[in-house]
Amino acid sequence: MSQTIVLKDGRLIDYAGDRIADVVIDTSSGMITEVGTGLAAETEIDCEGLVVSPGFVDLHVHLREPGLEAAETILTGSRAAARGGFTAVVAMPNTNPAMDSASVVEQVLAAGRQALCEISPSAAISIGRNGEQLSPMGELLGAGVRIFTDDGNGVQDARFMRRALEYAGGLPNGGSPVVLAQHCEVEALTEGGVMHEGEWSAKLGLGGQPSEAEDLMVMRDITLARLTGVHVHFQHLSTAGSVAMVRAAKAGGLPVTAEATPHHFTLTDASCAGFDPVFKVHPPLRTAHDVAAVRAGLADGTIDAIATDHAPHTPESKDRSFDDAPPGMLGLETAFALAYTELELPLTDLLALFTWRPAAIAGLSDHQGSALSPGRHANIAVIDLEHRWTVRGDNLASIARNTPFEGRQLNGRVRHTFYRGEQVLANFEVTR
Amino acid sequence: MNQLLSIDDLSVDDVERLMELSTSFAEVLRRSVPKVPALRGKTVIMAFFEDSTRTRSSFDLAARRLSADVATFAAGASSLSKGESIRDTVETISAMGVDALVVRHPHPGVPAAISRYTTAAVVNAGDGRHQHPTQALLDLYTLRTTIGDIAGKRVLLCGDILNSRVARSNVALFTKMGAEVLVCGPHTLLPPHSSTEMFGDPVQVVRSIDSVIGSIDVAYMLRIQNERIADAALPSIREYRTMYGLTVDRAAKMASHAVVMHPGPINRGVEIDADVADSEASLITAQVAAGVSVRMAVMYQLLGPGQFRDVSGDFDPDAVSNPGQRAPDGDAATGDGPVLDSTQTLNLTEPTAATPVQETAS
Repeated sequence: MSQTIVLKDGRLIDYAGDRIADVVIDTSSGMITEVGTGLAAETEIDCEGLVVSPGFVDLHVHLREPGLEAAETILTGSRAAARGGFTAVVAMPNTNPAMDSASVVEQVLAAGRQALCEISPSAAISIGRNGEQLSPMGELLGAGVRIFTDDGNGVQDARFMRRALEYAGGLPNGGSPVVLAQHCEVEALTEGGVMHEGEWSAKLGLGGQPSEAEDLMVMRDITLARLTGVHVHFQHLSTAGSVAMVRAAKAGGLPVTAEATPHHFTLTDASCAGFDPVFKVHPPLRTAHDVAAVRAGLADGTIDAIATDHAPHTPESKDRSFDDAPPGMLGLETAFALAYTELELPLTDLLALFTWRPAAIAGLSDHQGSALSPGRHANIAVIDLEHRWTVRGDNLASIARNTPFEGRQLNGRVRHTFYRGEQVLANFEVTR
Repeated sequence: MNQLLSIDDLSVDDVERLMELSTSFAEVLRRSVPKVPALRGKTVIMAFFEDSTRTRSSFDLAARRLSADVATFAAGASSLSKGESIRDTVETISAMGVDALVVRHPHPGVPAAISRYTTAAVVNAGDGRHQHPTQALLDLYTLRTTIGDIAGKRVLLCGDILNSRVARSNVALFTKMGAEVLVCGPHTLLPPHSSTEMFGDPVQVVRSIDSVIGSIDVAYMLRIQNERIADAALPSIREYRTMYGLTVDRAAKMASHAVVMHPGPINRGVEIDADVADSEASLITAQVAAGVSVRMAVMYQLLGPGQFRDVSGDFDPDAVSNPGQRAPDGDAATGDGPVLDSTQTLNLTEPTAATPVQETAS
């Protein structure tokens, strides 16, 4: 049954510009059919005073399915995504079994068909994410994968990483180049480390992970990007050093991109003072100096995307010692509000970090992060910048509740989300 | 104050109060019946998730000498690691009915986490590399009873600072009480980037123990562990002794009044030569002895701060009106230890910081 919806009088912001207009969506085709003024449709949603943006694209989420469904499933994770304004998420491969074969990827894609956003699976660079044998990248590419990563672990061996880049870079890709995304951590320097190495780790007696463990791998992979000419994407940059190196590499014209998480531009290692494992994350929360560097990287374009590294963990798994608890924190529902509240960026630049820039890295630009114009896919986030709200883990859509922002007051929230023309979020509530 | 997780929890006044109480309890321990009923009816659980004989025995004895009921919950750290959440563990223990938990755990922060799930008092008996506050308090007490006030004194901590909870607690307490703290050790075993500040406190990092050995008042040696060699923190034990050990030759250069300390267990011939450990200057045995009275003070303060007189007044009114008779039930409630007679009870419960008991009332 065909139905049309008009978003009335919203402020449309996309890479084409910033203007007030109506948007008509055809729910059966999932496309935008008209953009203009004075438009009508069967259903009207008043968007006056609201921002209408392309739906957000998250390059980095852990949906835990298959394997850890007690913490999150593809469906619940997609609800969190819809509430955060995301219409596409790239699912990390550290599931159980790992997403290192076409069959697991197809399983994720199949579950994703019921989801409230596009589930774009990444796949492991190495079998079992062990850094020893290449995954069947050609077959995985054929299954729809565009991003390869051993996320959770960095590829430790330089020769293996070189081979992975060369092999992946040479595969037939149908015009959509592959990206190898790196979790930057030299494990020889982080062994036993559970937080940033600095004055807080010294005081707390917790094992430290020095910034240089990240810097070294960023430095290595910049040189490997130069050697191979293949695109390396740096995940969750957290140090001043790595931001500076990516900036220099981009200035030198190398094929590198980078993402940063909301927690790395809002929280510091001082958060760990109470030993609450909700603040345990890899890479770890760093210093105020690093936070400032990440913010500067987001402001000047060095960092291409805000990615959440949404990492659900059950309450019981986080209720252990800081040493024993798994790293990771929820991110999908708080990402935009944190960025809007904490970053002093022009709105268009801010939305670029959430929409068309990550869509391009993920190879989704033909239908995500697109311009709001007739004939484009209706993947849309409608944002209420005036909405003021307080983060409550119990109110989040994820099964897990491990938000490090409990009780924080934030400005701005996504009010409506449309995925393929379907309204999946209406007035802050998911529709299914 | 109903928890002692870190030296940071204590003000200078708190420390002074604990020192005064420790003095009173040390006096009690010198008596023929070294026991008071101050915590009778209170239950103290020794929650030890890491092997410990010395600290556990010391706390255990301290609690019993205050007439508390004591039970031990000694689980390998694995029971927490292997799935049981901290909350479940605490609720299991709490369900037994408990007034205080003495917690030892190999991981930093677990006593703090436990304190969030219980209204019982929590004492940190050592959490990984983080803190061991009663060790620092007993060290301070030991110094007070030998060289006196440590304000202005030069205290050298030497050895594996990075991996030592004793170092973290002692740097904090010694600086809090006005000492000048010097730190020496292989730089692989010091926190990175430390030279004038460590763990948030002012310290002076010295490269050579020989450069300061003649000017210090206290040489506090820390235990070195063999696995530091495999971790490339040390070339060899021999090299460690040569560079950082308190050898007989080095000890000979110390001032005549200077003292030697070590939290134990000691590696004779490694961080400290046997003859130094057994010398007149060594306070190592005194430290162990101080442990019981200081831990009595801590538990007493946590389970009834300021109520010492009230407890003694309420404890056994019959003892006042019927001097010479045995106190009803005596110490039977604890099921162990000697039964006190009323005269002893009346007097033994009297000591306070203000009026330590110097003699019996009879």
